[in-house]
Amino acid sequence: MAARRCSASVVLLFLCGLSVFVAANEQNTTPTGGYRAAEADSPRTPAEAAGHPAAEDGRWEATEVGDAAPADAEPDERDASRPGTTVPQPKDDFQEELVIRPLHSGDIYASFQFRTLWETDFMKGNKVSHYRLFPKSVGQVISKFSVRELHISFTQGYWRTMQWGQPFLPSPPGAELWVWFQDTVTDVDGMWKELTNVLSGIFCASLNFIDSTNTVQPSASFKPLGIDNVTDHRFLRYATLPREIVCTENLTPWKKLLPCGSKAGLSVLLKSEKLFHSSFHSQAVHIRPVCQDSECKTTSWELRQTLNVVFDLHTSGQGKREWSLFKMFSRTLTEACPLASSSKIYIDITDNPEGELFELTPATPLLSQAVLMGDRRTFSVYDLTQQITFGTMRSLNLLIRWKSSEGHMLRPLLHAERYVAGYGLQAGEIHTLMYNNHPYRSFPVLLLDSVPWYLRLYVHTLTVTSKGKDNKPSYIHYQPSKDRERPHLLEMLIQLPPNCVTEVTVQFERALLKWTEYTPDPNHGFYVGSSVVSSLVPSIVAMDTNSSLERPLFSNFFPCKEESSYFVRIYTEPLLVNLPTPDFSMPYNVICLTCTVVAVGYGSLYNLLTRSFQIEEPSPGLAKRLANIIRKMRGVQPL
Amino acid sequence: MATTEVECRRGRLAALSIAAVVILVGVPLWWRTTQTYRAWLPVSQITELAKLQLQLSVDVEVVFARGTVTPEQQKKIPLTRTRDEEHTVDESTALRYRFETKYRTATIMEEDALNQLTAAEADVSLHTLSESLCGSLVVYVIPESSSLLPQGGEVYIGQQRTALLRIGAQMRVGRTLEQLLAHLEPRLKQVMQVMSFSHSDITAALSDRVRLSPGSKQSKADSMRAFKSSPGYEITFSLLNPDPKSHRLHWDIEGAVKTYVQPLLTKLAPVANFSIDSQILYYAVLGVNPRFDSSYNAYTLNAESLAHVINPVEARLGSNAASSNPMLNFLLYVPDVQRSPLYIHDHKKQAVPSNAFHSPRWGGIMVYNVNDYYGPDAEFPVDININMAKVMGVFLAQLRLLLGVQTSSHPPGFVMAPCGNTGIADWELDRLMWSRSVENIATATTTITSLAQLLDQIGNIVINDNIAEQVSSAVTSLQLAVAELEAGNLGFALQYSKEAILASERAFFDPSLLHLLYFPDDQKFAIYIPLFLPMCVPILLSLLKIVSEVRQKRREKQAKKD
Repeated sequence: MAARRCSASVVLLFLCGLSVFVAANEQNTTPTGGYRAAEADSPRTPAEAAGHPAAEDGRWEATEVGDAAPADAEPDERDASRPGTTVPQPKDDFQEELVIRPLHSGDIYASFQFRTLWETDFMKGNKVSHYRLFPKSVGQVISKFSVRELHISFTQGYWRTMQWGQPFLPSPPGAELWVWFQDTVTDVDGMWKELTNVLSGIFCASLNFIDSTNTVQPSASFKPLGIDNVTDHRFLRYATLPREIVCTENLTPWKKLLPCGSKAGLSVLLKSEKLFHSSFHSQAVHIRPVCQDSECKTTSWELRQTLNVVFDLHTSGQGKREWSLFKMFSRTLTEACPLASSSKIYIDITDNPEGELFELTPATPLLSQAVLMGDRRTFSVYDLTQQITFGTMRSLNLLIRWKSSEGHMLRPLLHAERYVAGYGLQAGEIHTLMYNNHPYRSFPVLLLDSVPWYLRLYVHTLTVTSKGKDNKPSYIHYQPSKDRERPHLLEMLIQLPPNCVTEVTVQFERALLKWTEYTPDPNHGFYVGSSVVSSLVPSIVAMDTNSSLERPLFSNFFPCKEESSYFVRIYTEPLLVNLPTPDFSMPYNVICLTCTVVAVGYGSLYNLLTRSFQIEEPSPGLAKRLANIIRKMRGVQPL
Repeated sequence: MATTEVECRRGRLAALSIAAVVILVGVPLWWRTTQTYRAWLPVSQITELAKLQLQLSVDVEVVFARGTVTPEQQKKIPLTRTRDEEHTVDESTALRYRFETKYRTATIMEEDALNQLTAAEADVSLHTLSESLCGSLVVYVIPESSSLLPQGGEVYIGQQRTALLRIGAQMRVGRTLEQLLAHLEPRLKQVMQVMSFSHSDITAALSDRVRLSPGSKQSKADSMRAFKSSPGYEITFSLLNPDPKSHRLHWDIEGAVKTYVQPLLTKLAPVANFSIDSQILYYAVLGVNPRFDSSYNAYTLNAESLAHVINPVEARLGSNAASSNPMLNFLLYVPDVQRSPLYIHDHKKQAVPSNAFHSPRWGGIMVYNVNDYYGPDAEFPVDININMAKVMGVFLAQLRLLLGVQTSSHPPGFVMAPCGNTGIADWELDRLMWSRSVENIATATTTITSLAQLLDQIGNIVINDNIAEQVSSAVTSLQLAVAELEAGNLGFALQYSKEAILASERAFFDPSLLHLLYFPDDQKFAIYIPLFLPMCVPILLSLLKIVSEVRQKRREKQAKKD
């Protein structure tokens, strides 16, 4: 009997030459709850077994593989995997970088860049895909939606160009998403809709609110940043959500895309309690195909994750002008990410060549120069892959101590701002101001405005003036809006004369929305996304056009085609516009009022039609009536 | 007086005609304009499906080899014989199994094939002779003296859909055909249960429809281990490297998938679509700190703590961004230097030889110790190539379990053929297809009937044409699937049942059913009252007045007559 039970419980499984068998004798091998372990030795009756909750079965079971030695696999070759045998060269590469720039306002700007390069082709038909450093979720998105380029940014706060200069990577307040699809895609709108939904799941953001009413196809402002320069803007989609609030729940999935997570390397500094206690926070993901070498023989996919943060002097510096990694991030660095091929910290010391403005400890002998935004900057470099960087303390805590608060900042050559003018709830006017601060050179800029349909732009009122004179745009691309379908798109190429302000104004009328179209707090107002100003700004120093990958990450994002100018993109403030807001109990009031009016009209008509009119005898006086009652009681003939 | 009479008549007529207009024009108009659109649904067919009568037909061919029947008996062999089994699972579900057995003697070529030296060779050559249909079986009855089967073995189950059955010793000579057939009957029944389906498999597959009575623990664990039937599965292999500073791991997952997993999945393609990908997760740690066991000189993970191991890792595994099919996770965990070697212990405190375990309907995890690959004075990081044959052996075993490739025990005397390079025998695939078809039909019928019930209960739901279309196509596919099962065409039945499940799910989860347009009746009443009350009260009052006047007149007439 015992032998029979045993043979019944052991199930032989024969697998592809690996004669593997799995013992399914549950009483012996299923490790489950503790109380079961205690009674496992005593055989249990079926009644006992039935008494246990079914959930118990949904637990772990040990997989028992009796004979794991493969019969026909070549064990000698595979087991010989000792150190020293050849290992395949990985086709992917990871780099991390942190740039810290002390700002003249006393604030401090920290910019993280993480770049994963992978030499692969997502568009091939092979279904199996194996990821090493590149995150799987992003790879699946690229291949499923045939994405050629994807740029997504989440920003909390507004970048103050006049105080802080140009950021390394610009981004508008809220969320911004622009995607170039492969030219094999037939239903771009369907793909875009699905893509935004998937991305909103990946990044825990409200990107699913992107629909046709806030999506545009810019014709010139957003060119692909990667290699293939197909510029048919049918495959481009651009949308912003200026209202999006960025917080920890967006940071966590963003960090999850990093190969080292937040466990090692520069990413240990990314603690949300400090990052969101700042005046500006922006995180972005840029995916694009890039050239692997200067001849561009092989291409690879680049995933660039950037995080920019500006710490406020007054909120976290306690008034003292002193910064350290620990003060900023409440962490210090102890190691580089072991998977990174390069891991560096750059401190911008351009304005501090002799150490008169601030003092940097520990000092580093490594200096690097980079041409950035038309300016030659000098950086102190800390290479985290070198053990010597961490010193005897085995931890790196950079300290910047200000000595004087003087110094001036080079005014940014291009700057833009925007506001709404007008009064009342009917009409208004959008003013966009663009400043060219170059003393003698004029240069062209591309202005992109995407205005929701409920602000009805009057394009005939569009005026562009510089120094009081009319400035005719050399190119205008205007796509009128359709109610509840698509927004206005206005793109203009404007020549900015030197050293002056160019003002673009356009009038609009506010539309009345349907009562279900209002947001839950309609009196807060409606956001209009930032305008985008893109330009090639003349450079003072010669730009580096060699696109070799040896440059630091922060300086090689925008491809540079010519030496005399550099590419700048600027975002203006988003607008907050009040729309005429109804009383929201209105529908019921309207129903009641109309029904009452109808009922009154109908009632009188009905009365007129059905009542029969006859001359009534004048009613007798009060005395007579009283007398009649009395007479009735007496049983006498009434009067 | 005459004028007042005329006036009265006119007023009465006006009231009557207004009432008529309201009833004949107003009420239908209001009814039409406030009606929700409800497309026609095949309700009667759905209620038919709610009472499910499944018939599963298996074609069995019994071939007598030379030496098993005498020539006289040969002539008397009945051509076909049908055996029916009926089971009532619950009040709305009934099962009927029909085994159609055909008898014949072996052809010359088959005789040649059966004269091979070993059973495996005979199996291969028999397979080349004829291509058996999906779901059917061929049983060769061979004489007792045949050397194909080892001593003690009575039944040999091949890789395809053939089995060899040896006649018992007591049946050697001089028995009648009836006795022979009666002798074969129980063995044949066992063969069918192993190679096509057993009643317990089918009832387990019906678990979506039928609340199972608390059966045996083992069968419940079996039925809960495998994934539910789904049109597709996403298989993800993840290598967890918690210590990239010390271990530089290399795994040839691409080659391993091609060699070991892909053949199995190609074979399983009729059941579901599979997509495979792999990833490496760094700094992924287990949720439990393993304890150091000095008696083994190793770290151990207890059976009790396994349930907590996976939670922190699971957050990083990520779901498939591109599809919503269920995911099967296979994790290979390489413990860090400080905590290795690491062994999993079952609750008897015995080390699990494979060092792997699996979780029902989730996936499996295997611990792969690498501390043997380097000495104590090794220089970190160490490059390590992972032995994929060992890893894939474990993962494939788990994959079979999780996909529900049946591992049921077989009776004594049965000899199984070692499976070929695909990793799964044809009859195993058939078993899976039988239970998957029944499971799909059960799920689709419950989905459709509950959808019909819901739509019936909430009268305000708009039923668009596309939903009606999906429901109708689901019902048609279901009927076809049931019919194909009845006819014994397993492949078509599975195909139709998959279509049915897809269509029914699409109808059930259609977003248009979820529009927030279901106002409660009291609110609707509040909206209607300001209009309806002032309109209807005068009409009703005047109608009452007319009726009472008519009655009074009649009474007066009566009085006059009297």
